[in-house]
Amino acid sequence: MTSSAIIKPQKPWQASPRQRMNSALIFVAAIATSYAVVAATPMKGKLAYAFVFFVAYTAFDFTVNFISRGFAVAKDAVARAVVVVGISVAVFPIISILATVVARGWRGIHLGLFTHDMALNSVTDPINQGGLLHALTGTAILVLVALIISVPLGILTAIYMTEIRGRFVRPIKFLVQAMSGVPSIVAGLFILSAVVYPITKGYSGFVGSLALSILMIPTVARTSEEVLLLIPNDLREAGVALGGTHWRTVAMVVVPAARSGLVTAMILGVARIAGETAPVLLLTGGGDKVNGDPFHGPMGSLPFYIWKSYAVGTPESITRAWAAILVLLVIVLVLFVSARLLSERRSST
Amino acid sequence: MSDLNSENRSQGLVSSLGDVARRRFESKSAPTQVQGVGLEARGIHAWFGDRMVLEDMSLDFWSGTVTALIGPSGCGKSTFIRTLNRMHEFIPGAAMAGQVLLNGEDIYASGTDVTKIRLKIGMVFQKPNPFPSMTISENVLAGLKLAQLKVENKDDLLEECLERAGLWNEVKDRLGNYGGSLSGGQQQRLCIARSLAVRPEVLLMDEPCSALDPGSTLRIEETISHLASSMTIIIVTHNMQQAARVSDYTAFLLSEGGPGRMVEFGPTGEIFSRPKDIRTENYVTGRFG
Repeated sequence: MTSSAIIKPQKPWQASPRQRMNSALIFVAAIATSYAVVAATPMKGKLAYAFVFFVAYTAFDFTVNFISRGFAVAKDAVARAVVVVGISVAVFPIISILATVVARGWRGIHLGLFTHDMALNSVTDPINQGGLLHALTGTAILVLVALIISVPLGILTAIYMTEIRGRFVRPIKFLVQAMSGVPSIVAGLFILSAVVYPITKGYSGFVGSLALSILMIPTVARTSEEVLLLIPNDLREAGVALGGTHWRTVAMVVVPAARSGLVTAMILGVARIAGETAPVLLLTGGGDKVNGDPFHGPMGSLPFYIWKSYAVGTPESITRAWAAILVLLVIVLVLFVSARLLSERRSST
Repeated sequence: MSDLNSENRSQGLVSSLGDVARRRFESKSAPTQVQGVGLEARGIHAWFGDRMVLEDMSLDFWSGTVTALIGPSGCGKSTFIRTLNRMHEFIPGAAMAGQVLLNGEDIYASGTDVTKIRLKIGMVFQKPNPFPSMTISENVLAGLKLAQLKVENKDDLLEECLERAGLWNEVKDRLGNYGGSLSGGQQQRLCIARSLAVRPEVLLMDEPCSALDPGSTLRIEETISHLASSMTIIIVTHNMQQAARVSDYTAFLLSEGGPGRMVEFGPTGEIFSRPKDIRTENYVTGRFG
């Protein structure tokens, strides 16, 4: 025990002060170069600074490493710089979108959003009047009906692919993959021509949910399939060896074992459709009043409200649109985080 | 000289496992009660695709005895044991020929309810596989739910099965915990208790201890000894010590390039002390395999 008091944990592989000094100098030099180059040439704007900075940083880093530690280390430094640029290009737009939504949306957020609809107000009214209630209930009903349709169908498809393993597994797998790339407007037009024109002849939430189900089923089926494939075959054999029929084994052993993963599949499916605009625009219309009946009359929804408010174009309506975007984004984010938490709990047990 | 030497060595080894078997025989509280033929395999052949993996296995398993199947990897032991409760047909491309008679009736006869067969012929697998979504007590009683059986008193059955599997004392205070919270050896005994709950006449064990530590193995061997008095037990094992410790009869299977065949069958003591076939002797003395 005495030795532990004397010997301290160290990290001999860390950069020495001199190396850190070099890195800092390279960084400062690159910034100075970017300012100088932008001032001296016709290039303008933040992008120009970023571009010149990255080029200069890579060049200095390469040179310094080449001189002090040789070509291999210098190549390594360049590769690292390129990777950092790649990550920045990928991440920057996402952060920018989130920041813009929050910055523009929060001014439109007030408690009335969740208690009032727009039946007595227009989107050009001052933003503290009216609210999102009709759009929130509409989206909730659309998603709920789509959930009721797609979750059983999606999970049964997955069960066919993993448990029954019939002759049509390959074509069905191919179809499910192809369907997950179907543009949402196609789903909307399909329901419009197959259901709305010949049968219902009018806007309703239900036909919107039908189109959303077309988009949701492949997501649920694929995620559920992956989850069911993780269930070890031992469990299926154990269930059958105990005198269970195939169906009872699947229902009582395999599906319960995959329960939390199937919930994740469901949530990912919801996240996929919550923001879909095109089918909603075509099929459910968009009332300004809370409509709790999915089978009759137009029904508001968040994407429709955003589209409509933005199209009007007054400062109030645009702020309303950003506020609705913020609400939608938060809903989707909450869904994704809960899906992640659920699947983590599954892997830890 | 060297020939003589190896002869002596082999004799020593043969007799040492033979001793284990004899000690077991002598230490048994009640002598093995052979209660008639429980399960008969008649001319079993098995294929995966076009490849024959098992040829002409005929073997009788008496009720109240433990039969061990030994042999090197790939000799068809597991395939054979899986034909005995119709688990073989779950592997794509599998085929078989022959008869398996349970109380005189062929379990492969057309019109047989395969789920009823598997109720009477239970199975314990190589890896412990308790159902992860179920608690300890739900695991034990899972067979009743799966097979839609009714029992008068579930608590009594639960205690009885866990008691027979040698697990009751360790889990009686935490029956509501999940099966996955137990250690590997406890999980395997839980799986044995689960098999017992549907009251099988025959219990097939496919290398039940190969994933377990020696302590757990010992507990399971004790469990097997307790169970043997009331049912037919067939155990596949790679561990010849284990075969000598737990079984009354031993069958030695071998694949010499082609499909697996039974080389020798007899009382365990004789297989390990006076094997008739030179290949059996070579295997039980550890000279190959």
